[in-house]
Amino acid sequence: MRTAFIQKLIEEAKSDDKIFLITGDLGFSVLEPFQQEFPDRFLNVGVAEQNMTGVAAGLAMEGYTVFTYSIANFPTLRCIEQIRYDVCYHDLNVKIIAVGGGYAYASLGASHHATEDFGMLRTIPNLTVCAPGDPIETQALVSLLTREKGPAYVRLGKAGEPKIHSSIPNIEKGEPVVVRKGKEKAVFSTGAMLKYAYDYLNNNDLQYSLYSFPFIKPINGGAIREIISSHQSIVTIEEHQKSAGFGSAILEVINDLMEANEISKFPSLKRIAIPDQFVGVAGTQEHLRGISGLFLPI
Amino acid sequence: MSMDADWKEFGREIRKLTLKLVYEAKASHIGGAFSMVDILSVLYGNVLTINPKKPDWEERDRFFLSKGHACTSLYATLALKGFFSVEELNTYSQNNSIFLSHASHKVPGVELSTGSLGHALSVACGVALAAKRKTKDFKIYCLVSDGELDEGSNWEAILFAPHHDLHNLVLIVDYNKIQSFGSVKEVLELHPLAQKFEAFRWRVIEIDGHSHKEIYEAFLSINESTAPTVIIAHTVKGKGVDFMENNLQWHYKSPSKEQYEIGLQQLNK
Repeated sequence: MRTAFIQKLIEEAKSDDKIFLITGDLGFSVLEPFQQEFPDRFLNVGVAEQNMTGVAAGLAMEGYTVFTYSIANFPTLRCIEQIRYDVCYHDLNVKIIAVGGGYAYASLGASHHATEDFGMLRTIPNLTVCAPGDPIETQALVSLLTREKGPAYVRLGKAGEPKIHSSIPNIEKGEPVVVRKGKEKAVFSTGAMLKYAYDYLNNNDLQYSLYSFPFIKPINGGAIREIISSHQSIVTIEEHQKSAGFGSAILEVINDLMEANEISKFPSLKRIAIPDQFVGVAGTQEHLRGISGLFLPI
Repeated sequence: MSMDADWKEFGREIRKLTLKLVYEAKASHIGGAFSMVDILSVLYGNVLTINPKKPDWEERDRFFLSKGHACTSLYATLALKGFFSVEELNTYSQNNSIFLSHASHKVPGVELSTGSLGHALSVACGVALAAKRKTKDFKIYCLVSDGELDEGSNWEAILFAPHHDLHNLVLIVDYNKIQSFGSVKEVLELHPLAQKFEAFRWRVIEIDGHSHKEIYEAFLSINESTAPTVIIAHTVKGKGVDFMENNLQWHYKSPSKEQYEIGLQQLNK
């Protein structure tokens, strides 16, 4: 996903001279092509994420579309007040990119597990929160975000995620992307769990619908209402803590649809997510997902 | 009148309006608002290139107030400069007013909302970097308190600015020696502050922050600098009203009617 991201950003930066990329000293062997092509619009601030985010706010005030880049929790939790107060309160055009969502940096330990980012960031006003499901969604999302003003957060996976979509999906803010239409259950996946959900349905010969949610915020109620009307139950899956995450966001949307009488019955909803725990052992991403119960039957 | 007399008069008017705002709203932070008044009177009197009728004019100099809690004297300065009227400012701290008790970017002439300490210098660095890359001539000023130099984020920015040769950036430290819960010396000593900045490769000027002449000369010298400049302004918390001076209480207290009247008398002298 990170390669897909930087390729698309370079493409956009060729026609948009306002795009600026800042890193907190990470992105070795990924960001160099951008640096070489646009040295005047690239900056490595050093290992200083609070300053990175403040500097990004300042550059955005002067008209740049600024992408900050780092891994896991560093461009988000480490500098969350700069995100909230400098970027989001001033509604500045800063896009925060975190590589290594979920357990992508599995063996590096809890410091590198980005498993609370949705919850912490989706409460902040003005901030769009995104987690594309594959490299194709990533590129579509980068295009959309370079054209849309305002703050956004994008959680990427790492490298080597397979393409799930066969063509470039039409990505609209707040809308899910249909991966396959089926019946009975609707499976909602966000971020890099998409590959697992896709394979699970195929391998078990399940005719459920599968939707990828590149947006955790906003989530448009209209799309959810339609899906509910044609399915009996919903399963959400995410590589994030169960509280305040993607499944929680879906629950909130459904609750508000009920409250507004836009649906008549609260659907059965199963949330597959991390059960309020850290993982403190080594292992692959697959292994850690298993420990956290993300491979429960859909 | 001489420039010095103008600054003195401007400073007097800023303090009087600040005192009135704090008194009527029963607000806090007058000590830190007073300590930076003479810096504001010189900056807004003769240094900043700004247009009160066009607060967002692209070529303007930028002034960032990092110690957002001291916003009353900045609001007073901006009102007296004509960014908005004193009548509008009289809504300070009332329901629905844009004049919050910490600096608010909704107020014409205020670049950035501040209130959480240690934020504005990084943003100022970003603006300074943008100006450099776009070869714009305007300058970027950022005023911090001494207490907020406890924040690590400031030191990230202090390391950053010289590395990127941000010669268009001017940092002013309102060094009034008193922070929120005690003196700087007791809470977390900054001394020797000038040497710290020198070690970080800043151009350092130390001045009496209540001498208009010294303040002005410090600002004049910036044009020749190739490094970012820090002006360490030695100031007195509560400067201008004797019972507020060097007194921690006036980080919080708002004046009674009697104290307001005595303060006004002293400022009118």
